[in-house]
Amino acid sequence: MKDLIIAGSGPAGLSAAVYASNAMLDFAVIEKFPMSGGQILNTYDINNYLGFESTDGFTLGQTFRNHAEKAGAEFINDEITAIEKIDGGYRVACTMGEYFAKTVIFALGATPRKLGVKGEARLTGRGVSYCATCDGSFFKGRATAVVGGGDVALEDALYLANICSEVYLIHRRDELRGAKYLQDRVFKNEKIKLILSDELDEILGENKVEGLRLKSGKTFTVDGVFIAVGTEAQSGLLDGLVEMKNGFIVADESGITSADGIFVAGDVRTKRLRQVSTAVSDGANAVYSVEEYLNQI
Amino acid sequence: MVKEIKTQDFKTEVIGGSKPALVDFWASWCGPCRMLSPVVDKVSEQYDGVDFYKVNVDEEPDLAMEYGIMSIPCLIMFKDGKIFDQSVGVVPEAALKAFVEKAL
Repeated sequence: MKDLIIAGSGPAGLSAAVYASNAMLDFAVIEKFPMSGGQILNTYDINNYLGFESTDGFTLGQTFRNHAEKAGAEFINDEITAIEKIDGGYRVACTMGEYFAKTVIFALGATPRKLGVKGEARLTGRGVSYCATCDGSFFKGRATAVVGGGDVALEDALYLANICSEVYLIHRRDELRGAKYLQDRVFKNEKIKLILSDELDEILGENKVEGLRLKSGKTFTVDGVFIAVGTEAQSGLLDGLVEMKNGFIVADESGITSADGIFVAGDVRTKRLRQVSTAVSDGANAVYSVEEYLNQI
Repeated sequence: MVKEIKTQDFKTEVIGGSKPALVDFWASWCGPCRMLSPVVDKVSEQYDGVDFYKVNVDEEPDLAMEYGIMSIPCLIMFKDGKIFDQSVGVVPEAALKAFVEKAL
């Protein structure tokens, strides 16, 4: 039985891996894909992580991973299907294997939330997208829309404005929520047309996106719609094992959950600010708590 | 092995190939594509009955257009010269194997 399994290889999991190596724990990182970074992989510009004035998420994710690999972390590529309490620790069951550890740091993060409007599921991959940096270039010179008002929505709108003829930014509130410097850039960008206090009602189109209808009844023609309405915590594997609030695992910065031996780090934890910097901090804290716990049992 | 395929060879090799062919439409600037590529590489070593190809949508925009690619990564399985199945987004190894095995 290992000392520790780290579930997830975003910034929180990789930071935990570096600290676990330094603590000389017997541990492994389980990740669904042999490529690390989590949500930042889709981010084309990151300017708020100390030491990197301007980088993209892919580069930062790879930089983090190289660091964790050099520190000696073992990576297992498998998808976790269940986590169960056993005598003296936990069994982590995966699609292709199973692993046992005294403790688990749960750092599976979050994934983009679906909007749940008519046409969304049917036209996903046919003009409906959750990744502007991936799919933006398929809409060169054409009209698109972004739904949402947070950082990601604003970044997406600015990115698309470089490529598309016009970008409608649709947000249900009467003001945007994202960082002030992003709002400023959005307001100054002539290609971005703000639609506030209105909501998407239906995505129109037979075989591909052709237009949108809003709750107010307004319709307009677009070829693509990018959905950026926040994220959903990936906490389902711990249902019934730990205390949760709105899908997030309840813990303070120590990462200590309501279940002995299960610790949490990153976006899946209840916290105020979800950023790369706070995820990295969580990873360090969680390992510190793991060490304390291992010394007690 | 996953072979990089160009527009001019697509008809003879993929459409006219004797085996089912899986084509991974990707681009270098697409993070999720770069997550999926090593999974496709690994799975390609495990099946002799399927040919594996990848199309860089930047270099081969005509192919991306012809197959209506609007979201990547996108996997298309061709069988008997026709589209057999399609999958958009990143998929883990086990799901990719299931996708491949359906065409066998």
